[in-house]
Amino acid sequence: MSLREVVYCGVCSYPPEYCEFTGKLKRCKVWLKENHPDRYNELYGAEDETAEDAAEIDAVGKKLGESSIGEERENKLEKDLLKLQTKQENREQRELAKKLSSKVIIKREARTKRKFIVAISGLEVFEIDMKKLAKTFASKFATGCSVSKNAEKKEEIVIQGDVLEDVETYIHSLLKEKGMENVKVETIDTKKKKKPTTETK
Amino acid sequence: MFKKFTKDDIHSRSNVKSSVQRTLKTKLVNQYPKLEPVIDELIPKKSQVEIIKCEDKIQLYTVNGEVLFFQQFDELIPSLRLVHKFPEAYPTVQVDRGAIKFVLSGANIMCPGLTSPGAKLPDAPGFEKDSVVIIKAENKDSALAIGRLLMSTDDIKSINKGHGVEMIHHLGDPLWDFTLE
Repeated sequence: MSLREVVYCGVCSYPPEYCEFTGKLKRCKVWLKENHPDRYNELYGAEDETAEDAAEIDAVGKKLGESSIGEERENKLEKDLLKLQTKQENREQRELAKKLSSKVIIKREARTKRKFIVAISGLEVFEIDMKKLAKTFASKFATGCSVSKNAEKKEEIVIQGDVLEDVETYIHSLLKEKGMENVKVETIDTKKKKKPTTETK
Repeated sequence: MFKKFTKDDIHSRSNVKSSVQRTLKTKLVNQYPKLEPVIDELIPKKSQVEIIKCEDKIQLYTVNGEVLFFQQFDELIPSLRLVHKFPEAYPTVQVDRGAIKFVLSGANIMCPGLTSPGAKLPDAPGFEKDSVVIIKAENKDSALAIGRLLMSTDDIKSINKGHGVEMIHHLGDPLWDFTLE
């Protein structure tokens, strides 16, 4: 007697035989095929890849569901699952669109005299842990950095000190890393320096 | 039980003393005697068990950052990942294919889903009311949920109406997705 190793789907985190109920079946299947081809064959058999999606799902449903609940209910279940899948796909598309249409705003605000803060908002769509990012900024620029709520009740990162350019380059590199280069980054400088000649480096 | 469960619900997190860890292990074995041969594999002697206290007096026990079991009152309930590792040790019922969808969205299990041809209930004497059971599904290997019997399995067979099993923990609920950093 010993413990069993269980494979979990990398897409939906369920054991693979439950993938069909998550509405992400298509992506789950791709993942399973790549990572555990033997399990894939066991579950879905060697199917014709070029088959129409709907037909494919149908076939899977039939294969998995050699069951007792009667043809009528089985059909209904398949229909429901199909519906769930399209719903899920639509949702994913919407989220993607939302991500692409959003933009990061980096804003420099003047405090007293020559002191500035830099506020970054619009980061929440990237599913980055804001607190962690704030911590990175703090250690990177050796300043205070925190997460706070701005006027629109959205989270933003506030960095003490005039680090606008550095932040901008960092955000760009971060986006590149995440593969979201086409996200717009906007910088707002509320108060220009009076004399650019006095710039200290 | 874990319909809503987020990181905010965690009150404290601390290591468990090795002596307490030992009693925990014996308790677990007492509750699920078939676990005995593998208990040292599940919770190695040298490992550090962590206890995470949460809202509503729920306590999670983790080993190496993985939730192995939890308790609300006195009874220890295994998490699904633990169940998947060694499914033979627990009392099991099976639902039919039509019910899977609803179970995965967190519904209580209705009696007809447990008595139809695709489902399986243990033969007499069956399980008592209020016992914790693992819920499997037709044609699937792994368990998909853990629940508490709202009536004894014999009653489920004879009455065949209404709620049969109360949902505790199912695939895809917040506890399933729960990870420690």
